Amino acid sequence: MAVKSQEERPISSEEDILTVRNSVKRVTALLNFSLVNQTKIISAASELARNTLEHGKGGRSIIQLINDPDRVGIRIIFEDKGPGIADISQALEDGFTSGRGMGLGLGGAKRLMDDFQIESKENEGTTVTVTKWLEKN
Amino acid sequence: MPKETAVPLHAIISDSRDDILKEWIKAQLDDTSRSQAVPDASIKASSTEFFKLFERAISNGNISDIDRSEWEEVRHMLSDLSASRATQGSTPSETARFIFSMKQPLFARLTKDKSGPDAGAAVWELSLLLDKLGLYTTETFQKTRESIIKRQQKEMMEMSTPVIKVWDGLLAVPLIGTLDSARTQIVMETLLQKIIDTGSKLAILDITGVPTVDTQTAQHLMKTVSATRLMGAECIISGIRPQIAQTIVHLGIDINDIVTKASMADAIKEALARGGWTFEKQAENN
Ligand SMILES: Nc1ncnc2c1ncn2[C@@H]1O[C@H](COP(=O)(O)OP(=O)(O)O)[C@@H](O)[C@H]1O
Ligand SMILES: [Mg+2]
Repeated sequence: MAVKSQEERPISSEEDILTVRNSVKRVTALLNFSLVNQTKIISAASELARNTLEHGKGGRSIIQLINDPDRVGIRIIFEDKGPGIADISQALEDGFTSGRGMGLGLGGAKRLMDDFQIESKENEGTTVTVTKWLEKN
Repeated sequence: MPKETAVPLHAIISDSRDDILKEWIKAQLDDTSRSQAVPDASIKASSTEFFKLFERAISNGNISDIDRSEWEEVRHMLSDLSASRATQGSTPSETARFIFSMKQPLFARLTKDKSGPDAGAAVWELSLLLDKLGLYTTETFQKTRESIIKRQQKEMMEMSTPVIKVWDGLLAVPLIGTLDSARTQIVMETLLQKIIDTGSKLAILDITGVPTVDTQTAQHLMKTVSATRLMGAECIISGIRPQIAQTIVHLGIDINDIVTKASMADAIKEALARGGWTFEKQAENN
C-alpha cells in the first residue's frame, strides 16, 4: 500500500471538525465514492474527530489518499496526546460512554469503514486509523 | 511628571497647523489603495477634528503614554472612527493609514529648519507616539469586526431556523446547515415558543438541508423531540435521505421511537390525516 497524497488538519475546536469533514468530503468525492459511502465515511470521520476533540483534548487528523496495485482508497488517522483509553474493548461496546454521548462513535465508525485500528496508552494518547477502499464496479 | 520633548513639539505644530492638516488630508485623498468606502468629506471632517484633539493632547507635554487622561479624547475619537470604518467596510490597513499618513507632513516640519540630534530625537518620539495611536486604531477596528461577525453569526442562525405554520395545529422547521449545540438550542427555543403561541399539536423537523448526521446530531434531534413531547406535542422527522438512513443504522442509533418520513410532503400528508383532514383532487372539467 502506498500513500499517494495526504493532508493534515488540526483538531482543536468545533470548527476544526467541520474542516476535517469538508476535507474528507472533498477526497471521497474526488475518488468517486458512491453517495452512500461518502456519507458513511464523513460520518465516521465526524465521530472520530469529535472523540479526538472531546475525549482526547484535541489533536490532529491526517487524511490520505492511498493505493494498492489494484485499488484506491481513503485512510484517515486521528491522533491525540490525551488521557488514552484504559479498556479499549469496553470503549468499543455500543452504548458505553464516559461522558454524555451516545457511546456509539467508536463502534459505529468501525461498522461504517472497511478497516479500523485503535492504539491507545493511558496518559499518552490515542490513535485511531480507519480505511475505506473504493468499491470496484 | 512626563518629560518635555527635546523640541517643543506643540509650538512647531501650531505654527504650521493649517499646512500640516492640508498635506495630511491630501495624502489620504490621493492614496491609490483607498477603497472609497469613506467619502472625501468625512475624511476631511475626521482629520480636522482629530488634529484639534491631537494638538490639545500634545500641548500637555506627555507624548509617550497614550493611556493617560490627557489622551482620552483622542482615544475616544479614534475608537469611534475605527468602529464606524469597520462597519462601512474599510480595510484594516486603510484605517491604520489614517494615523500613519500623518508622519510625513509632521516629520517634514520637525526637520525643516533644524537638523542634528534634537530634531532626530523629536522625530523618534513622535514616531513612537504615532505607532501607538496607529496600533490602538487597528485594535479597535479588529474588535469591532469581531463583534460584527459574532452578531451576524447569531442572526444567520436565527434566520436559518424559521418555524413555519403550515396548517392549523401543524408547524414545520426546515433545518439547514450543521445542527450543533448552539443551533439546537435556538431551534428548540423557537419551536417551543411557537407551539405555545399557536397551540400546535404536531411539528415536522425536516433535515433535508443537514449535510451530515452523526451521533451528536441524532442526540440533538432526539432532545428536540423530547422537549416537544413535554409540551404535549408530537414530532415527525422528515427529509431523511436513503444514505443518511443507512448511516444511522450502521451507527447503531435507535430512532424507532420517532416517526420518520422520507419527504416533507409525506410528513404533511401524514400530519393532516392524523388531524382528520382528507383531500381529493377536483375533477378537471374541460
Ligand atoms: N480519543 C480518545 N481519547 C480518550 N478516550 C476516548 C477517545 N475516543 C473514545 N474514547 C473513550 O471511548 C468512549 C466511547 O467513545 P464513543 O463510542 O465515541 O462514545 P461517546 O463519544 O459518545 O462517549 C468515550 O466515552 C471515551 O471514554
Ligand atoms: Mg464519540
